[in-house]
Amino acid sequence: MLPAERSETNTHALAVRDVGVVLDGTEIINGVDLDVAVGEWLTIIGPNGAGKSTLLRTVGGLLDFTGSIELFGTALRRMRRRDRARLVASVAQDPVVPPGMAVIDYVLLGRTPYIPALASESRADLEAVDDVLARLDLRRFAGRRLESLSGGERQRVFLARALAQGAKVLLLDEPTSALDIGHQQDVLELVDKLRRDGGLTVVATMHDLSIAGEYAERMVLMAGGTVVAAGTPRDVLTQELLARHYQAQVRVIDGEQGPLVVPVRRSR
Amino acid sequence: MTGPGRKAPATPGRKAPAKSVAPIGAVEPVHAVEPVVAVEPARLRVRWLAAGVGAVVVAVIAGLALGPVGLNPGGVFIELLDLLPGVHLHSGLSASEQAIVTQLRLPRVCLGLLVGATLAVAGGTYQGVFRNPLADPYLLGIAAGAGLGATIAIVGGHAFAQLPGAGGSGTPIYVPFVAFIGALVAVTMTYALGAAGGTARTPAVLLLAGVAVTAFLTAGQTYLQQRYVETIREVYSWIMGRLTTAGWHDVLLLLPFAVITIGVMIGYRRQLDVMSVGDAEAESLGAHPRRTRLVLVVVASLGTAAAVSVSGLIGFVGIIVPHTVRLMAGTSYRVILPLSALFGGAFLALADLGARTLTAPDEIPIGVVTAFFGAPFFIVILRTSRRL
Repeated sequence: MLPAERSETNTHALAVRDVGVVLDGTEIINGVDLDVAVGEWLTIIGPNGAGKSTLLRTVGGLLDFTGSIELFGTALRRMRRRDRARLVASVAQDPVVPPGMAVIDYVLLGRTPYIPALASESRADLEAVDDVLARLDLRRFAGRRLESLSGGERQRVFLARALAQGAKVLLLDEPTSALDIGHQQDVLELVDKLRRDGGLTVVATMHDLSIAGEYAERMVLMAGGTVVAAGTPRDVLTQELLARHYQAQVRVIDGEQGPLVVPVRRSR
Repeated sequence: MTGPGRKAPATPGRKAPAKSVAPIGAVEPVHAVEPVVAVEPARLRVRWLAAGVGAVVVAVIAGLALGPVGLNPGGVFIELLDLLPGVHLHSGLSASEQAIVTQLRLPRVCLGLLVGATLAVAGGTYQGVFRNPLADPYLLGIAAGAGLGATIAIVGGHAFAQLPGAGGSGTPIYVPFVAFIGALVAVTMTYALGAAGGTARTPAVLLLAGVAVTAFLTAGQTYLQQRYVETIREVYSWIMGRLTTAGWHDVLLLLPFAVITIGVMIGYRRQLDVMSVGDAEAESLGAHPRRTRLVLVVVASLGTAAAVSVSGLIGFVGIIVPHTVRLMAGTSYRVILPLSALFGGAFLALADLGARTLTAPDEIPIGVVTAFFGAPFFIVILRTSRRL
């Protein structure tokens, strides 16, 4: 509907054209167009049931879809699963925590696309894991069981597994929903640092609109399974759009890092 | 800002302004000053491998030396070495003692090793592909299918023996074959039923299909047993499981199944670790969880069916051995599967030793021994382990 305004960027990490997804006979998303430039941070917002997570899972190659999705110019449909996993890494909203698994083993799972199905990890895989653990300050947790970590530490481990995939695109589904504001900032700053240092492209869904606006370079508002607005946070986070699509009464305040969205009581 | 101090509960002094000026690079220097203990990923440690091999050796020597005729364990050990190609040693055992070792006891011990290893590895594999700690090799209807097959064979053999001119009764030699067919038919039915759910098929659907198939086939078996009461004893004895003394025949029958299926399951050990994060995440990691599940269910069922057809329904091994290994040596399938093969084999060989010596000259059904000694042992492990 609203192709990116920034289409002058020559390389797209992700190009989504007229994508629709039907799950169990119900159309979840339809007619979605999206362009994400290399190195960009795009955040998808929208009310519950808008299709944000479905879009993310589709881009991650986990759902059948109509239309076309291209990753760095290659059709997602034609990619082998391993090749796709080397290009796109996902952090699910509520990742499964395998009982008894140590942090290092969990992060090593991220090397799966590089390890032949019936073989074991190579030295290079172990080095990649060690590198990620060091970058995320997780080395001292390497031998700890995942269950024994706090929410914030766990979120970093989930991120570490995704980074171990060596992917260029990082898909984050509600990366901070389980965290307090301090840890929310930790995780988002970390992702932003990794994005800038490593040329990662980040596509995230988020519910906290003010925080979403602070980190995203560009935002997409979804409602009813399709994109209803796209642009900079200032374009998308407006009182009118939010009132119309969230049925929410909010005040948007101009903050220094971006618009701040404050809910106000509907009646008093 | 993600320094070690973050583990402590937030102090009142920790305010937003301080955070917003914190340098973004603050993540980096922390690990440099901290003494880092090198942590290795889960893998089979040499000491556990040695313990597993040691258990097998002890089980084999004990199984060969103990019995109605007690033999000198040292001599048995040398006799075993003598069997190896290219080795010639004098064990000091008499000719008849040598015959007891190589013709009577060794095949039975080997059968115990193979059946125990197959059941234990198949159990561990099922627990992995279904992400369910309660899964055992009989889950998808194998026990009921094999039981019905054996019942049909025994009842049929009995009816045949009643015919004029037939040569008396006795358990027909084709019981294992019919049991094997029954087990495979049962698993196929379960998979077909589970697959009827379409693409939305989940492991849970398969497990429920297994429950339905088990109930259906067990009903058939119960009906047959009631209808031909005179065969109950025979059928019952088959169901309780025993390692026959049919010489090397059963061992050679089972050997290729056991070796190939155990080999394939162990080959997939890392994939089972990948599957522990669930199908969706495993797919996003580039794995093929559904394909892996199909392959492993087929292979584990084949191995289990082959084992069951020669040994009867020996319960408990497929659950207790992988869990004991998991509790003691680690939760990765890279550890669980190889060690389950060794400890499962040793456990069953020892259980069989108990079955034939504890109340000699009578034999106790081996299933009774595995549960009677296995359950308390397992409880102790469960209570003392820190992993659950």
